[in-house]
Amino acid sequence: MTSRPPITPERADQEAPKLRLDGVHHAYRDLEVLDGVSLELATGELVTIVGPSGCGKSTIFSILTGATAPTSGHVLIDNSPLGPATERFAVMPQSDALLPWRRVLDNVTLGLEVQGVSRREARERVQPLLATFGLEQFARAYPFQLSGGMRQRAALLRTVVQDRSVLLLDEPFGALDALTRTDMQAWLESVWDTFRWSVLLITHDIREAVFLSDRIYVLSPRPARVVAEVAVQLPRPRRIEHLSSPEFVRTEAELRQVLHDARGDAAQR
Amino acid sequence: MSTRGPVPLVGGRRTTSGWGWLPALVIIGLGVAAWQVYATRSGVSAQILPSPARVVHAGWLDRGALWTNTLATLQETLFGFLLAAAVGFVLSMIIDASTILRNALMPLLIGSQTLPLVAIAPLVIIWFGFGLTPKILLVALLSFFPITVALLEGYQATDPDVERLLISMGAGRWRVFRSARLPTSMPFFFAGLRIAITYSVVVAIFAEYAGATAGLGVYIEEETHVFRTDLVFAAVLVTTLVTVGLFAATYALERIMIPWYRISRQTTRR
Repeated sequence: MTSRPPITPERADQEAPKLRLDGVHHAYRDLEVLDGVSLELATGELVTIVGPSGCGKSTIFSILTGATAPTSGHVLIDNSPLGPATERFAVMPQSDALLPWRRVLDNVTLGLEVQGVSRREARERVQPLLATFGLEQFARAYPFQLSGGMRQRAALLRTVVQDRSVLLLDEPFGALDALTRTDMQAWLESVWDTFRWSVLLITHDIREAVFLSDRIYVLSPRPARVVAEVAVQLPRPRRIEHLSSPEFVRTEAELRQVLHDARGDAAQR
Repeated sequence: MSTRGPVPLVGGRRTTSGWGWLPALVIIGLGVAAWQVYATRSGVSAQILPSPARVVHAGWLDRGALWTNTLATLQETLFGFLLAAAVGFVLSMIIDASTILRNALMPLLIGSQTLPLVAIAPLVIIWFGFGLTPKILLVALLSFFPITVALLEGYQATDPDVERLLISMGAGRWRVFRSARLPTSMPFFFAGLRIAITYSVVVAIFAEYAGATAGLGVYIEEETHVFRTDLVFAAVLVTTLVTVGLFAATYALERIMIPWYRISRQTTRR
């Protein structure tokens, strides 16, 4: 972990970003959902999108996965346009979407199977990661036999093993109770710190955003545009103690202010 | 959190242990006892209402013929059922794949269920003869519908998040069907199977009644003509037992084919 060069803003500027959204608009018929969203994600960066519920966060994800086409604007990945059927993203949905008829091990290999990897090879690839994700003893269990936290771990592992360029996490801990949620955030921070995937996270939990992110984009209510970009200066690896550090509290307050202002502006419009 | 042991795979607490059958047995026992008392004390003729003891005794004495005819009926029912399941799967997949075909086929399928068996059974026998084929067709005709409808409901019950996830993984329609829609529908399929099985034996017997060389329908017809009411009742008893047996068999099949389903229900019931 120490050998890894730190990702500084300067460095991110020199390198082409892993993912770039440039003035992305989207409208369902007359309803404008995205009003020119621009954002960037560098390789090995964890970037979060926060915004009020119903602001169009999920539309961004469905544009990235190719389920929805933007009305205008560009999506660039590694500096080339996102094709019609690019499979560059691995998605972790809000509900864990684990299949109840598959044991944990077979749920985790699902993405690889869809890619055409044989079941045996898929299992071999997943095996070493089971322990890292704390799922070793649960490999043969069915999802409904697991706690909410364990299910999310399985869902994340299923996302990670797909070996895509960018992970899209859609409110991954939204359904968990507050205590488990904090545990899972700390856990995600620790595994992310080990693997440094390029992650785009959607959440409406401000503390979660501050705790996990390198940078945070704040979206306005619908039609969504980026109203602020906040860099989180907290050192890594982050611990639960950081939740009460002055830097954390300051960033959280700043975000809360921006979100409230954005909502006020929208109300006046 | 990781220090906690794995959850046991089987063995949730169940409220219904082996005694779940007891109330049913008590009710049946009381009914049979009342029948026995009435049939023997009221002086009603055995040709009109034989006592249960007489039914069982007569049935036992004629067990050879009962057995052969039961096997014939069972064979028709099972083949008819197999055909119904196959047709149900194919039809449900076609209907699920295309809205146009759904609109084209659904009225036809519903119409097929309005055909009166009394009218259609003799015709099918004229067309296909006295052998196995017309019975299989009639059983299939009457039981494919609940199976098809159950499968369609099952496909619809698929979690949209799971479908979106599979699509995000790069899955095509067939893969989504195979990995999500079909497995989701399996508990529904077994529910449909159970609805169909309760009347499939009766349909097979009716088809035999309309023209056959063997089977419980033939047996019932022959014994009615010679006023052996006790043997008719014995055949009815066998019919019931066969139906209940087949009904129970669907649960056994369910346990083998979708073991996760029972475990999930036990787990969530806790």
